[in-house]
Amino acid sequence: MAENPEFVIEMLHITKEFPGIKANDDITLQLRRGEIHALLGENGAGKSTLMSVLFGLYQPERGEIRKDGKVVKIHDPNDATRLHIGMVHQHFQLVDVFTVLDNIILGAEDTRMGFLEKRRARKKIEELSERYGLHVDLDALVEDISVGMQQRVEILKMLYRDNEILIFDEPTAVLTQQEIDELMKIMKGLTHEGKSILFISHKLNEIMEISDRVSVLRKGKYIGTVNTAETTKEELSRMMVGRPVQLVVDKTEAAPGAPILEISGLTVPSKLHKNDAVKNVSFTVRAGEIVCIAGIDGNGQTEFVHALTGLEKASAGKIVLNGKDITHDSIRRRAQAGMSHIPEDRHKHGLVLDFTLEQNMVLQRYYEPAFQSGGFIKFDEVRRYSEELIGKFDVRSGQGAVTVVRSMSGGNQQKAIVARELDRNMPLVVAVQPTRGLDVGAIEYIHKQLVAQRDAGKAVLLVSLELEEVLSLSDRILVMYDGEIVGEVDPKKTTPEELGLYMAGAKRQENKEDGE
Amino acid sequence: MKQNKQAFNGVLATILSILIGLFVGALLTLITGLCSPNIGLSGALDGIRLIFLGLLSTGRNAMGALSFGFNPASIGNMLFRATPLILTGLSVALAYKTGLFNIGAAGQYLAGTCATLFVALEIPSSVVPPAVIWVLAFAAGILAGALWGALPGMLKAFLNINEVLACIMTNWIAANLVTWIFDLSNLKNVTEGTKTGYIYKTTFNNVATPKLGLDKIFPGSQVNGGILIAIVIAVLVYLMMSKTTFGYELKACGSNRFAAKYAGIKDKRSIVLSMALAGALSGAAASLYYLSGNTEFFWSTYQSLPAAGFNGIAVALLASCHPIAVVFTGLFMSTLNIIGLQITNLTAYNEYITDVIIAVIVYLSAFSLLFRNLLAKAGKKRETADANAEPARKEVA
Repeated sequence: MAENPEFVIEMLHITKEFPGIKANDDITLQLRRGEIHALLGENGAGKSTLMSVLFGLYQPERGEIRKDGKVVKIHDPNDATRLHIGMVHQHFQLVDVFTVLDNIILGAEDTRMGFLEKRRARKKIEELSERYGLHVDLDALVEDISVGMQQRVEILKMLYRDNEILIFDEPTAVLTQQEIDELMKIMKGLTHEGKSILFISHKLNEIMEISDRVSVLRKGKYIGTVNTAETTKEELSRMMVGRPVQLVVDKTEAAPGAPILEISGLTVPSKLHKNDAVKNVSFTVRAGEIVCIAGIDGNGQTEFVHALTGLEKASAGKIVLNGKDITHDSIRRRAQAGMSHIPEDRHKHGLVLDFTLEQNMVLQRYYEPAFQSGGFIKFDEVRRYSEELIGKFDVRSGQGAVTVVRSMSGGNQQKAIVARELDRNMPLVVAVQPTRGLDVGAIEYIHKQLVAQRDAGKAVLLVSLELEEVLSLSDRILVMYDGEIVGEVDPKKTTPEELGLYMAGAKRQENKEDGE
Repeated sequence: MKQNKQAFNGVLATILSILIGLFVGALLTLITGLCSPNIGLSGALDGIRLIFLGLLSTGRNAMGALSFGFNPASIGNMLFRATPLILTGLSVALAYKTGLFNIGAAGQYLAGTCATLFVALEIPSSVVPPAVIWVLAFAAGILAGALWGALPGMLKAFLNINEVLACIMTNWIAANLVTWIFDLSNLKNVTEGTKTGYIYKTTFNNVATPKLGLDKIFPGSQVNGGILIAIVIAVLVYLMMSKTTFGYELKACGSNRFAAKYAGIKDKRSIVLSMALAGALSGAAASLYYLSGNTEFFWSTYQSLPAAGFNGIAVALLASCHPIAVVFTGLFMSTLNIIGLQITNLTAYNEYITDVIIAVIVYLSAFSLLFRNLLAKAGKKRETADANAEPARKEVA
C-alpha cells in the first residue's frame, strides 16, 4: 500500500475480542500530524481497549497499526515508547515521595558510569518547561503539589522522552476549571510545536473547544470521524449514545412544600488549617425543590456535607431533618431519620469495591429486618432486591448481582449508588457531584432521576462544581465561598458570569445568615 | 458457577503448593542421604517413604524394614497437635478477612496461656469442681487473648498505628510480662525435680480437658476433646464471617473503612472487635493446649515466642484464610509435625527436614495467587473480560 505521511499514527480495522464481547470491532483511527484528535465514547465504548492496543498492552485479533505509513508491531509498552508514543493516564503514574525531577527521569535516567546525571536532566526539563509553558517546581515532592501540577509533571515526562504522539486519557476529570483552561492552552501549544495529540474524553464542551477532529466509538464499534468545526454537541452526543440526548434538563416549575431540612448556624472546623471550613451556614430545603450549593472546589462544600451526614462533627449549629433535631445523631440514625446520601467520592465512601454488586446494594440496609433475621443475612432476599434494583436502574455489569464492583465501569458504579440511595425513598436526597466523570448518557439519566425525586415531593440538596449542571438542574442556587453562603440566586434570572463572581468571592449578598 | 470454579482453583493451588513442598523435601532427603555414608540410598528411600506416609508408620518390623498401617497413637497425637494450630490459624484468618494482619497471635497465645494456667491452678479443686474450673480457665484464656488482641486493635482504630508494628511490640511485652508474672508466682513445678523451669501441669489440680471417648479410638495418644472444640469454633467463625450481618460489617470495614463509616458502621469499634476476636481465638488455642493436662509450660519465655502463633500464619495462608479450610491445613501442618517425629525416631535424619518442607510450602502458598491465575488460564483459554469492557447484560435480563 502507498505510504501516507499525512497520518502519524493509523490504527486500521482493529478488532479485539474478550469472552462474550467484542471490545473493539473493526475500528479505524487516523491521527494527523499536529492535530488534536478527540476520541469520544461512553464508558465501556472501547476507548481504553483501543488505547491499550496502541500501547501494546493487548494484541488485536485483527487489524494493523501504522506509524508514518509503515506497519509496526507493538508487543509491549516499551515498543510504544520506542515509537515515541506517550500517555498521560487518568490516574497519574507518579511516585508520591519522589521529587518532580526524579519522577520525570524515572525509567529514562541519564547515567554516567552508573551514576545519575541529574544536572543534564534538569537542564533539559527546564528548557522543555520554558518552551511549552509547563511551570513546575522540580524539587517539590509530588505529594505536596496540586493535581494540576502533577498533570504537568506527567506531560513533562512524555516530552522528556521525546514523544511525538501524546495520549491524554480523560485529563480533565480531576482538574478545576482554571486548571482545565490552563491544560487547554498547553495542549494547543504542544500541537504548534508539531506534537500530535489523542484526547480521550466524554466531555462535549472540551471536545468542541479544543479538538480538530473527533472519532466516535459506541459499544465497541466505530461510528465515524467528523471535523469539529462542522459538527455540534447535539450531533456528537447522538453519535455517542445512539439516540438524541437531552443536554438540557427537562423539568417543570418546582412546587416547594414543607421544609424538610433546616440548617442554622452550622460551623465546621477545618482539618487543614485553624480557621473554620464552614462558617455559620443557615438555609432551608423544602419538599419538592432542588437546592444546589455551587462553588469552586475546596470552599467548604465537602466539610459541609460531611457535617450534615455525620461523617464529621460540627462545632456549632443545628440540623433539623423532617422536624427532628439530628445535630448530634450518629451517621446511621441520620440515614434512618430520612436522608439519602450520594457521596462525592464513590470509591472512597460510596462503595466497597471488593464486595459484589449485591453486597453493595444493601450497604445501607443490610441490618433491616427485610434482609436479616436474628443477625443472619437473608441471601435470597438480598439477591432478589439487588436484581430488582439492577433492572430498575439499568445497572450494567459482567455477571449481574455477583459482579465484583471494582470491575464495573465508573458510570455503572455510580448508577449502583444512585439506585441504592434513591430506592431507600427518603424525604431528603443529598447528592454530591453525582455526575462527576460520567458520560452524557449517564448524566442525562441521573439528572432525570433527581428531577423525578423532586417531582415525587422529595427535597434534593445538590452539591456540584459544574456550572452547567447547577444552572440546568436546580430550582434555587446557594453559592458557597470560603465556607460561607455568599449568595442565593434564581437559576432562571442569573447568568454564568454572575455566578462566577459569587463563586470567586467578588460579589456577595449581605445578611444571608438572617435566613430567608 | 464462576465462584465455585474459583474456589476449586484455590484448593487446587493449595494442593499444588503442598505437593511441590513434599517433593522438594523428598529431594533434599535423597541428596543428603546419598551424600552421607551412614544413610545411603536405602536410608534415603526410607526417609522419603516416611515423608509421604509417616502418619501411617507403625515402626520397623522384625526384619528391620519400615512397616505401615493404621497407627492410632500417631493419628491421635496429630489431632492433639492440630488443635492449637487450627485456632491460631483461625485467628490470623479472621483478622485477614477483616483487612488486618494479625502477627500478634504469639503474644495473644501467651496471654491466654498465662490466664488459663493461673485460673486452672490457683482455684483449689478441693473447693470448686474441676469441670467448673476448666470452664473458667478456658474462658480466662479466651478473655486474656481477646484483651491482648484488642490492644493493637485500639492503637489502629484510634491512633492509626499500623497493627503489624503494634502486634510485634505486644508479642514481646507479653513474653516478658508472662515470664515476670510466673517468676513471682508459686506455680513453678518444684515437686517433679527432673525438669526445671516448667509450670505445673493442670492435672496437678485435677483439671484436664475431657477425652470425650477419643482416647478409646486413638489409644496411646494425647488426644482429647479439644480438637472437637476447635472444629466447632471453626464452623462458628465460618458462619459468623459469611452468614451474619456482624461478619458483613467486619468485612466491609476491613475492605473499605470509609465506605463502612459512610454506611453507618462504627469503623473503630469494628477494628477493635476484629482484633479482639482474633486474639480470643489465639487465647483459646493456648487454653486448649495447656488444659489438656499432659503439657507443661516453660515459663522463662522472655527470649522466645511460641511457635504456635507464627505457624498460625502459615496455616491461614495455606487455607487462603477460609475458616473451614483452616481445619484441614491445621491438620496437615500437625501431620508434618508427626512425620518429623517418625523420621527422627526411625531414621538417621532429624525432624528439621519437615521444617524445610513447611518452609517450602509456606513460601509457595504465598504464590498461590500465581498458581490460581495459571490454573485459571490453563483451565480455559478464554481470559477474563477487560475491566472496561461491558459484556452484554445476558445475566441481568
